[in-house]
Amino acid sequence: MKPQQTQKLAVAIITASAALVVIPIVLVILFIVAKGIGAISWTFLADAPRSGMTQGGIMPAILGTIILTLGTAIVCIPLAIGAAIYLAEYAGDNRLTRWVRLAIVNLAGIPSIVYGLFGLGAFVLFLNLGTSIAAGSLTLGIMTLPVVISTAEEAILSVPQEFRTVSQSLGATRWQTIRHQVLPHATPGIITGVILGLSRAAGETAPILFTVAAFYLPELPKSLSDQTMALPYHLYVIATQVPGMPLQIQYGTALVLLILVMSMTLVATVIRTRMRRRRDW
Amino acid sequence: MISLAQRAKRQYAEAVVRARPIIAQNLKRNWFEWLIESTIKLTGIFIILIVALIFLFLVREGLPTFLDIPLRELFGSRWYPIEGMFGLWPLIVGSLLVTAGSVIIAVPLGLTTAIYLGEIAPPWQREILKPLIEMLAGIPSIVLGFLGWIALAPLLQDLGAPTGLTALSGSIILAYMALPTIISISEDALYAVPKEYRDGALAMGATQWQTIRRVVMPAASSGLMMAVMLGIGRAIGETMAVMMVTGNAAYVPELGTDMLLQPVRTLTATVAAEMGEVAQGSLHYNVLFGIGIILFLITFSINSLAGRLVGQTSRRRRG
Repeated sequence: MKPQQTQKLAVAIITASAALVVIPIVLVILFIVAKGIGAISWTFLADAPRSGMTQGGIMPAILGTIILTLGTAIVCIPLAIGAAIYLAEYAGDNRLTRWVRLAIVNLAGIPSIVYGLFGLGAFVLFLNLGTSIAAGSLTLGIMTLPVVISTAEEAILSVPQEFRTVSQSLGATRWQTIRHQVLPHATPGIITGVILGLSRAAGETAPILFTVAAFYLPELPKSLSDQTMALPYHLYVIATQVPGMPLQIQYGTALVLLILVMSMTLVATVIRTRMRRRRDW
Repeated sequence: MISLAQRAKRQYAEAVVRARPIIAQNLKRNWFEWLIESTIKLTGIFIILIVALIFLFLVREGLPTFLDIPLRELFGSRWYPIEGMFGLWPLIVGSLLVTAGSVIIAVPLGLTTAIYLGEIAPPWQREILKPLIEMLAGIPSIVLGFLGWIALAPLLQDLGAPTGLTALSGSIILAYMALPTIISISEDALYAVPKEYRDGALAMGATQWQTIRRVVMPAASSGLMMAVMLGIGRAIGETMAVMMVTGNAAYVPELGTDMLLQPVRTLTATVAAEMGEVAQGSLHYNVLFGIGIILFLITFSINSLAGRLVGQTSRRRRG
């Protein structure tokens, strides 16, 4: 075959395979929206499940996921931002830094079910927190660290070096420079990372299986040491564990979870694009 | 008349006297600085500690697996926990089979999509496609698993498979979960290839495809390798979706062309499905943590290797 023909063929194949990746994504989202939209109503969002979960709503699961997401934020944000500042501002090119980076890469790669096992061994049993919101938040918070650290580090590194030089030449110390010059400019980027990380945590099932998730709870959790229902686990339960579950409730639950996670991703993306547009350096 | 040297000396002494309060103030500030710097450094070190702690807690609960069960039995082909038979072989084969299937689907799709985005697509398409792929990364695995369970499996069965819940269903779902990782990392790798390489090749009369195939891809090869490896790591560790669609049969599938069309059970799904039912402290409980150790070691080696690849690329580019 002539090179020109190969060229045409290759471009055609590449384009087709890109379409093969992208089209199912659109179809999947449209499919869930189309099938689930009929289930969404005020009662579905605001009521507790009734009659063995085959009627009523999913409010306790929605609330549980929101609580867990907040708990994850509390655990993850200070640690992640501290580590990101360390890597971006203080870390030298030495063995310790390489180890920290290696640790982050590996944290990102550990399977979510292994986080679940770790949470069970460390928080539920060793720290004796029991299956509780506290144990679940700690597990999810640690799982979320690598995503937030990498995006926060990038945000801090994207602040121009001149800002630091000028600040320090005016007599500010390193920390004053970071606190008053670098962090304010990096904040939108850091927030983007935090929200992205939290949206992942909100959709996770495996880490909460043994650390916090309840099959069915008639009441809302009252303290950090209570179990809670959560949307991802609830979807798993009603899809595979409860026979005779109305399809519409299943699709509706999937749609609510998808909307919750996607809207977080959307907010993060909007902040990021705005920040890029408003940047004046 | 005082000498120049004496004058300099006196000025120095005056400067020291004037600087004294400032130095004192700085010392105080330095103490605060030191505190902040140490705290921040500690958070960095804490990250290393977390990885160590995860491994320690897995070992703490899972070690009896490797001490109490003879290795031959542990890697035997019978997984009947109720009868005390803990052969991990069917689960390992299940994981490998599903992962291999997903790699066969995801690697060509992922690499070509990255090439399309990086080399062929006009900017307006990129603006649409990249957020779409990010959306795929954002879809919770349980939602994809749900779709696989409720839509993909029946579809495969209609197409003639004996049952819908098979290794193949798992591979397809996993492929789409690994795709965002593979695409974004290989696109970065392609992006890092200097424009001059392409210009040079094109100027010598190569077609666009020849340029991509013979110049750009070799130059980006270590990044592309890393993309594939991290994709594999992502696939091996995935739990919920796989548990819902692979049929969860803990048998070693028969060798043959229809291997992918048999139900299998993966390491991850076994932990997720059985941990809720075991008595804490029983051997079965220990073995599930033992599976956790195996998963940790697999992903740890894949990621450390990938991390080393990154080091190599950046060093080469600098040099």
